[in-house]
Amino acid sequence: MTRSTNSILRYLLLIALGLVMMYPLLWLFASSFKTNAAIFGSSRLLPDTFVWNAYTEGWKGTGQYGFQDFFINTLFLVIPTVVLTILSSVIVAYGFARFSFPLKTFLFSVMIATLMLPHASIMIPRYILFRKLGWLDTYWPFIIPSAFATSAFFVYLMIQFLRGLPRDLDESAIIDGCNSFTVLTRVLLPLCKPAIFSVGIFQFIWTWNDFFNSIIYISSVKKFTVSLGLRLSLDASSAVSWNQVLAMSVVSIVPCVLIFFFAQKYFVEGISTTGIKG
Amino acid sequence: MNKLRSNHKYIGLLYISPWILGLLIFQVYPFIASFYYSFTDYNMMSKPHFVGLSNYIQIFTQDDGFTKSLKVTLLYVILAVPVKLAFALFVAVILSSKLRSINLFRTVYYLPSILGGSVAISVLWRFLFMKEGVVNSMLGYFHLPPVDWLGSPNIAIYTLGLLSVWQFGSSMVLFLAGIQQIPNDLYEAGSIDGASRWRMFYRITVPLLTPIVLFNLVMQMVNAFQEFTGAFVITNGGPMKSTYLYALKLYEEAFTYFRMGYASALSWILFVIIMVVTAIIFKTSTKWVYYEDGGRSK
Repeated sequence: MTRSTNSILRYLLLIALGLVMMYPLLWLFASSFKTNAAIFGSSRLLPDTFVWNAYTEGWKGTGQYGFQDFFINTLFLVIPTVVLTILSSVIVAYGFARFSFPLKTFLFSVMIATLMLPHASIMIPRYILFRKLGWLDTYWPFIIPSAFATSAFFVYLMIQFLRGLPRDLDESAIIDGCNSFTVLTRVLLPLCKPAIFSVGIFQFIWTWNDFFNSIIYISSVKKFTVSLGLRLSLDASSAVSWNQVLAMSVVSIVPCVLIFFFAQKYFVEGISTTGIKG
Repeated sequence: MNKLRSNHKYIGLLYISPWILGLLIFQVYPFIASFYYSFTDYNMMSKPHFVGLSNYIQIFTQDDGFTKSLKVTLLYVILAVPVKLAFALFVAVILSSKLRSINLFRTVYYLPSILGGSVAISVLWRFLFMKEGVVNSMLGYFHLPPVDWLGSPNIAIYTLGLLSVWQFGSSMVLFLAGIQQIPNDLYEAGSIDGASRWRMFYRITVPLLTPIVLFNLVMQMVNAFQEFTGAFVITNGGPMKSTYLYALKLYEEAFTYFRMGYASALSWILFVIIMVVTAIIFKTSTKWVYYEDGGRSK
């Protein structure tokens, strides 16, 4: 087999597979413009007759609370969580990457071990704790833990990134009169942008899409996130408005898709620069 | 400079102190507390009431839901994880060659992983695999009989497994990063020796990627054991509890019936299972994971 036929074969395979990967998402988008009858019983992507009102109707939600409420709620939850995750992960990672202190190796191993700690085995006491604190049906169970760098994945990603920055930078900054904190804020932080972006984007998308924690902590419809609102419309939908459910599914993933495409570079690099080698 | 650092022996601890606090409050305390709760009867109305081993005894001897969900979950893990990893590796190998517009493909393959856990994707899956859904219309196009993807107790779990396989992107990215670190002269030496592509794949690529296989295997396994959203939104555990994953059982006991002690016991059993499986993987990994320094450091 010659080199060029080989790469043509690879292309064909990649394109075929790419179509399979993308088809469900394309179908989701196309079907939000279809009638109920056309959603079922046909594999054609494009609708015969376009239905335009699925978005406006679906957006109204339950009537009392619509998707504009769910979106605003989600932002109130996600934005503080993302900001605090970034801040806490950077500070903790700086401590691990640049200083030596007693028990450092031990603490680092503990952090890596928490990567594998199943969420299921801590969620019940957490729930009970947050209940005692009066945090049920608020966004605090999401926001407060993120201020304490509880996600080992992000801390580890930042540590790996900081380790890649030359220490000479810190030392010359100290000679120029910086203290350890201003070294971080003035010298290292600007260089950490790619890693900060990765952490922020991952945390944004994960928190945005989170369903399990939303369903256990948020109970009043007034405070529902997009995930919960979507699930609500799925349950409430009568047989005549499936396209509204699909339309709202599209709307709920749009922010993540946009972020993903704009930040695609950071994404793939962020995950591969964690340098996981076993 | 060294003097400056040694004077600040504890400054590093200061920087990591938020994490230490978070660890103690949000991870260590709940972990220990759930062990304690697992020996109690606790509905959150009255104080936890110590009942010894009775939760565990009830789980193992009387709870059909436990046995069922454990079986379903094991099937799901054994099914979804290896297929997903094999697929991720396969695609990573194809993507690693220098093809044009490779980034476009990476993006396309990675996108489902990004959106995977969302309710929207579960909704989508439910529609695609309904009896009158798109997938069956496609089969009809090829004159194949429709399959009851979500309604048949023998098939539904595979349909959920397929959703997991569709999200192979994040494992693939790690494989891809690993492949790019393999020095090219190994392949050159291989081709001088007349090794076939296939032979080079399993003599060079696979052994050098085994550390990443190990990492992906453990992480995907831990996640698969706790899979929730798909089974909850798409099938709600049915039909006939054939997709009643362990996380659903746990959710029901804890947040529908508020049997917190019982649910804690269930969560501890899951924890032990995950630890045992992880330990087995790590233990056997010395036999199949290749370390560049000959296995001295781990």
